[in-house]
Amino acid sequence: MKTSRLTERIRRANKAGRKALIPFLPGGFPDRESFWKHLEALDAGGADIIEVGVPFSDPCADGPVVEQASIQALENGASLRWLLQGLAARAGRFQAELVLMGYLNPFLQYGFGRLAEDAQAAGVSGFIIPDLPLDEDAPYRTVLQERGMALVPLVGLNTDEERMRAYAQVAMGYVYVVSVLGTTGARESFPAELAQALARARKAFDLPVALGFGIREPAQLQIFGDSIDAVIFGSALITHIRQTGDTAGFMARWA
Amino acid sequence: MKKGYFGDFGGQFVAELLIPPLRELEHAYETIVRSQGFQDEFNALLKDYVGRKSPLTLCPTLSRELGFNLWLKREDLNHTGSHKINNTLGQALLTKYMGKPALLTETGAGMNGVATATAARALDLECIVFMGATDVARQSHNVRRMQLLGARLVPVESGTKTLKDAINEALRFWIAEQRTHHYCFGTAAGPHPFPTLVREFQAVVGREAREQILEKTGELPYAVVACVGGGSNAIGAFHAFVPDAAVRLVGVEAAGTGEPECHNSAPLNLGSPGVLHGQMTMLLQDEDGQILPSHSVAAGLDYPGVGPEHAHLHASGRAEYGTVNDAQALAAFMKLTRSEGIMPALESAHAVAWVLENRESIPRGANVIVNLSGRGDKDMDIIEQNIGHSFAELG
Repeated sequence: MKTSRLTERIRRANKAGRKALIPFLPGGFPDRESFWKHLEALDAGGADIIEVGVPFSDPCADGPVVEQASIQALENGASLRWLLQGLAARAGRFQAELVLMGYLNPFLQYGFGRLAEDAQAAGVSGFIIPDLPLDEDAPYRTVLQERGMALVPLVGLNTDEERMRAYAQVAMGYVYVVSVLGTTGARESFPAELAQALARARKAFDLPVALGFGIREPAQLQIFGDSIDAVIFGSALITHIRQTGDTAGFMARWA
Repeated sequence: MKKGYFGDFGGQFVAELLIPPLRELEHAYETIVRSQGFQDEFNALLKDYVGRKSPLTLCPTLSRELGFNLWLKREDLNHTGSHKINNTLGQALLTKYMGKPALLTETGAGMNGVATATAARALDLECIVFMGATDVARQSHNVRRMQLLGARLVPVESGTKTLKDAINEALRFWIAEQRTHHYCFGTAAGPHPFPTLVREFQAVVGREAREQILEKTGELPYAVVACVGGGSNAIGAFHAFVPDAAVRLVGVEAAGTGEPECHNSAPLNLGSPGVLHGQMTMLLQDEDGQILPSHSVAAGLDYPGVGPEHAHLHASGRAEYGTVNDAQALAAFMKLTRSEGIMPALESAHAVAWVLENRESIPRGANVIVNLSGRGDKDMDIIEQNIGHSFAELG
């Protein structure tokens, strides 16, 4: 299996002595025009990978901050079609690798084969589909991998080592460890079982380990040491954009 | 067939964080639900607490008018007033066996919420119910029943503020509280194993009806008719008859106001395949795959999806699915109330209306069973609003 560009990008950051930075921004948030400016600012601000959210009407694995941003984007007329066209028009302009993160249904209705073709042309390196677990993902994973794109697995505090090993046999890119048993983003502290979950992920996967959900500030990272290779931040970034309209300042804190 | 699938429909399209509790539930279904001890205890509850078996009632006045025999399977006579209690008692009992102290559920019309809150009381479990804020406002009678029963009611303000949003919120809550809570899914939909588990607990409806009609008429019925929202009362009524190839199985979806392009709750007739709430099924959606708001005068049918087994029975042709609009359902409600002294829930009135509207397709002398899934007193305010005058003016 060829190494994913996503894996290489995280390893490169780690070799430079830092965690890879993976911001999540819902496509079309806060509105269709300024979304592109924020995306460019994340890129210029040192993002290694950017997870671009595909808005969905019923995001039942997300908390309220991401849900509201997603609904706002839909009300602004954002769609997968619009997003892919916008990315295709800017293909090659981003330093960061791009990942599309969204629920299965909009991808299905677009046509999964056509999606893989258009996403590849738009410079996308991988997908995260939160409602597509291992038991259902084989046909979709195959279509993406044929075009060199990864399907990034999500695991959590309640994912045992055997299950992680099953994911590890087929997964590419990185492994996304959800820091809490829940859907709420930014919170005060991490549960005690997180260290064990990260250790299981490290043992089961050859891929870089990325931690997401509840990441708000760089100081939080010190407690994780070498147990993670990358951090993903979504809710905190969305809230920061809502409050200040600024992205560069948010990224500067992490550089 | 792939695990958890009915033909091309079903599956387990959920966040990885929900796989462990779903696996735990699959295991509990295979080991506990199939055990004799569980079945004995469940059947005793159905008999002594729910009041089963429910009667099969012939409608003499309407039968004379129609020229064939209209039979009602009286789920409206169950404790709490609908078929929902069959499922919630089964799942509550299973929750006890699994050693969890609490139930969570979602509700649209409030009947599943009431039935879950009741089962929780009967079996000494805690209960939390998610309900769309729109439904909280239009089903205040059931809201008060749930409060009286001591359930914690959470109004859901997101999205369309109806059943689908209540399910989203219930799924989120379940991710966080899976160790202590069992999700008592209210209909035969959602991720595997819920469609099978709920059918298992509702199949008593069709089993009884089949025995009763054979006893009363000496033959299998011409047709079994039931309304379909998520589809639990219909799958319960159909299941025992599926192998009887000659029996016509008719599911009735809600067509809403019935105008072209109006919001409706008829994904089998007017929707397309897609994935929502953990299942591949038929959905109301736009071309981008966003879920469309649904509508029906019957809150319990107001859902943009349908249980995956119905999607399969529809695709395979074993069952047929018609539509009935709000006005036809309201007329059927009045007709059954005035002809027989039986007030159907507006949901069940859709099934009655289908028979009235399609009487020409039914042979003279045939026996037709309608599953009367619930009682209509919960709907009196809505009915008065829709007919535009109070019942005092009916005469």
